[in-house]
Order: sequence, then structure tokens, then C-alpha cells
Amino acid sequence: MGGDEQRTMNLPIYFDYQATTPVDQRVLDVMLPYFTSAYGNAASRSHAFGWKAEEAVDTSREQIASILNASSKEVVFTSGSTEAINLAMKGVGEMYGSKGKHIITCLAEHKAVLDTAKHMEKQGFEVTYLEPDANGAVTAQQVAGAIREDTILVTIMWANNEVGTINPIREIGAVCREHGVLFFTDGTQAVGKIPVDVEADNIDLLCFSGHKVYGPKGVGALYVRRRKPRVRLVAQMDGGGHERGMRSGTLNVPGIVGLGAACAVAQQDLEKDMAHSIAMRERFEKRIFEALDHVAINGDEHSRLPGCSNLSFAYVEGESLIMGFKDLAVSSGSACTSASLEPSHVLQSMGVGDELAHSSIRFGFGRLTTPEEIDFAADQVITAVKKLRELSPLYEMVQEGIDLSTIAWTGH
Amino acid sequence: MAYSDKVLDHYDNPRNVGSLDKNSSEVGTGIVGAPECGDVMKLQIQVEGDTIVDAKFKTFGCGSAIASSSLATEWIKGKKVDEAMAISNTEIVEELSLPPVKIHCSVLAEDAIKAAVADFKQKQGGEESA
Repeated sequence: MGGDEQRTMNLPIYFDYQATTPVDQRVLDVMLPYFTSAYGNAASRSHAFGWKAEEAVDTSREQIASILNASSKEVVFTSGSTEAINLAMKGVGEMYGSKGKHIITCLAEHKAVLDTAKHMEKQGFEVTYLEPDANGAVTAQQVAGAIREDTILVTIMWANNEVGTINPIREIGAVCREHGVLFFTDGTQAVGKIPVDVEADNIDLLCFSGHKVYGPKGVGALYVRRRKPRVRLVAQMDGGGHERGMRSGTLNVPGIVGLGAACAVAQQDLEKDMAHSIAMRERFEKRIFEALDHVAINGDEHSRLPGCSNLSFAYVEGESLIMGFKDLAVSSGSACTSASLEPSHVLQSMGVGDELAHSSIRFGFGRLTTPEEIDFAADQVITAVKKLRELSPLYEMVQEGIDLSTIAWTGH
Repeated sequence: MAYSDKVLDHYDNPRNVGSLDKNSSEVGTGIVGAPECGDVMKLQIQVEGDTIVDAKFKTFGCGSAIASSSLATEWIKGKKVDEAMAISNTEIVEELSLPPVKIHCSVLAEDAIKAAVADFKQKQGGEESA
């Protein structure tokens, strides 16, 4: 037993599905011919190579429209979510800036949104950054309260990439519609993971990336509503006028084919995938909570992405924890590995204390996660936390009944 | 980020983990850092005459912080108090091959030694005047 035990799983184990996902074999199989045999330029109108590529792009557009409940004419291909975010926010700002210069977003957004908003502030826009609640969510009431006469855009993410909290998108969309303000949502963590419906959910613009939905990296899409209301954008790149003038550049046909195929698979398997990820997360959290005290879930326990478990292990530091589970690929809420030493801006915006933020780890589960991997991971996590708590002066003090908040620390 | 073999060794097999009786007059205790900064070190020394006969530590922090404090206890054990005071963070950086972003861990370890010695000296001073 023990060391002689036969392991059927490959190490290290991937638990970082919010960072990226493997390409599904079913997706890769569809993509491959478009690299070597059907390699035409989708803009070539004069020969069969071009027609075939264009047909493949059209199929992908249909598949994407289907998972969003949109029309294929509303899909603009990009290189991924970051580009789509830049196009949506700056493109709306430039198109409607004469109507107003106010934008609403949230402090827990991805840096791609926050940095684009900062850029726009330098261009004369005014941005309201809503504070999320302790679970990382913003409410429709908060949005309604921030909307002004000159508000032209509300940008709120569908689901948070660090803690997995799902925002009340349908209600926020309804508030925006009521006030005649465009609503853009970053759906990078949501599309293919939870049900998305741009009609029912009152969405005007939505972006997502292929590599988060078991598709390839370097390709994504922006949904741009065409009717009620018709959204117009100023292109952010000049060129051949592809994608109805909104995004120039030769289409990445194999990538686009993969993005479409990934959406088709995700749409078909959505319920199965959700149930699987939830089962994996529950199995993991149950084992952790049975074995360890002083563990907290970051994010909304009941309205969370199925495959996301962000946990704070009080009195142990995140980076040292990650060193302790060498066979697990996870991500830390502590940015101690960077020069800044600043904990995650998302956890900070939720009011999670810096000391707990330094102790947080994001575990991401997905399509390929197995129960055996979960059990193995939970055991490694429990062992590492126990070991580091033996080493922790904070845990010792708490065991002695000392209230850590009463101590005068020597910060440095 | 890649850790040096020595950091990994101290992380996997930390030396001198534990606690000494903080109320003993022979024991000096130094606690430095802050939880919200992501590292807290507790370093204790037991002194007989002017020699550090035992040292223990507990650290909340990254692997480099754990290694720095583990190494510090190793180095000061058996040293005279004044020799321990002469240990500088740059020696720790060198020994553990710490990258620039982790230099603060070595500074903290140096501070912890100094704080423990200061606590010990204060206790001795207190007794002498009593």
C-alpha cells in the first residue's frame, strides 16, 4: 500500500480550469483539416478554397449564435476576450461618446475591463466602479442607482474568474434596458459553463474566449446586438473591413472552426458538464471541510460557477501552500509571486481581509476531472495545510486563545 | 517561480520548528511581520551565559520566508548572542539564492533574530535591576 499503490492518473493534476481548458478531442478533430488541406482565406471569393473556408466560418457563426440564442449576423470574431472587451468598450465609447461620457463597471472585473476603463478615463470618460458585496456580486439596484443621464454603457461580468460568483445578469440587463443604456457583459467564464441567453438575459454585447470552453487559444467572439437596439461600434483596428467593418484582419479559420465546435459540444453537454463539475466540487469541499477547521469559501456558495472553488485556509500563506501540493496545478489569490506583494484585487474588493486573501487558493474543476483526482488532491491539500499550521505562529496563537486582531504587528 | 534546492530542502524539512517557554527568563522571543503582509515570523532563543543553546521558530509566509527563518535558527544555535546579532540578511540571501522579490524574507529573519535577542536582553536587564 501507500507508495506501492498504482496510480492511474497523470501527475501533476490540472485544477486551473478558470485559467484555461484543454482542447476537447472532438474539437481538435474538426479543426485539423483547416490547417493543412482546407487552408483558404475566408475572404477569397474567387475559388473553392475560399468558399470552403467561408462556409466553415459560417457554420461556426451559427454554432456560436445557437449557444447564445443570438443570430449569426451578431457574431464578430476576435482574438479572444481581451480584444473583444477593448472593442466593445472603446467602440461603444467612440460611437456614443457624443451622447454621454459616463460608464459603469465593477471593482471585481477582470483587468482587461478595468484597464480599458482606466484608458477611457484618460480619454475624458467618467467611470463609476461599483463595489461588490462580500460574495463578489453586484446587484441590479446598485446599477440602477449609478445610472445617470449621461451613462452610455454598463459593463458587468457574468461570472467572476477568481471566486466564480455569478452576477444577476438578467436583472442588471433589465435595468439597463429600462434606462436605455447599453449593457456589455464579459461572459468569458460563463459561456459553455452555465446557460446563457442574450434575449432573455437582456444583453447588448457579450464576449468570450475559445480556450475557456475546451476550444483553442487565440480566438474569441463578441456578440453585438443588431435589433432592439441596434448596437454600433467604432472599429479599433483599421484594415480590410472584415466582420462587417467591426474587426479587420484575415479570419483565423482553424481557430474559428474550433470555437464553433467547442460551443456545439458545450451546448450539447451543458447539463452533463455542469452536473459533473458540481459533483467534483462538492466531493472536494466535503473532504476538505471534514478534515480542516478555519477554512472559508470565497464567493457566493450558492450562486457559483460549477467548477470553481476558491478557499481561504486561515493561518497559512497561499504561496507556501502551493509549494506543499507539488502535484496540483492551482492558482493562488495571493500575488506574492509578483513583485507587488499585493493580494488579489477581487478579494480586496469583496472586503476579504488581506491576511485571508494571502491564504486563498483557487481550485478549478472541469470536464476531465475525475473523482480519483479529487480525492488525491484533497488529501494533498489537507496534509499541506496541517503541516503548515504546525509551522504557523498565527495558528498557535489562535489555539492559545489569542485574538490576532489585538496584536500590534510590525508591518514592513 | 523556481525555488533553489536549499529553499526546497528547508521547506520540506524545516529545522528547529516549535516553541520555547516564552515566560522563561532564559528565553528571548521575537515576533516580526504582519498577517496582512503575508508573513509573520516567531523566533525564540534559549541562552545560557552568553551562548544560544537552543533556537526555535514558527513562520507564516511563503517558502522563502520559512526557509529564511529555518536557516536562521540553524545558524544561531551554538553562537554567542553578539555573534548572532552580527548575522545579516545578505548572508541569508546568498545561502538560499533568494531572488530580488524575496529579499524581504531575509530581512524579516534578521529582524526576528534581533527582536529575540532584544527581548532576552530586556528580561536580563529587568532581573538585574530587580
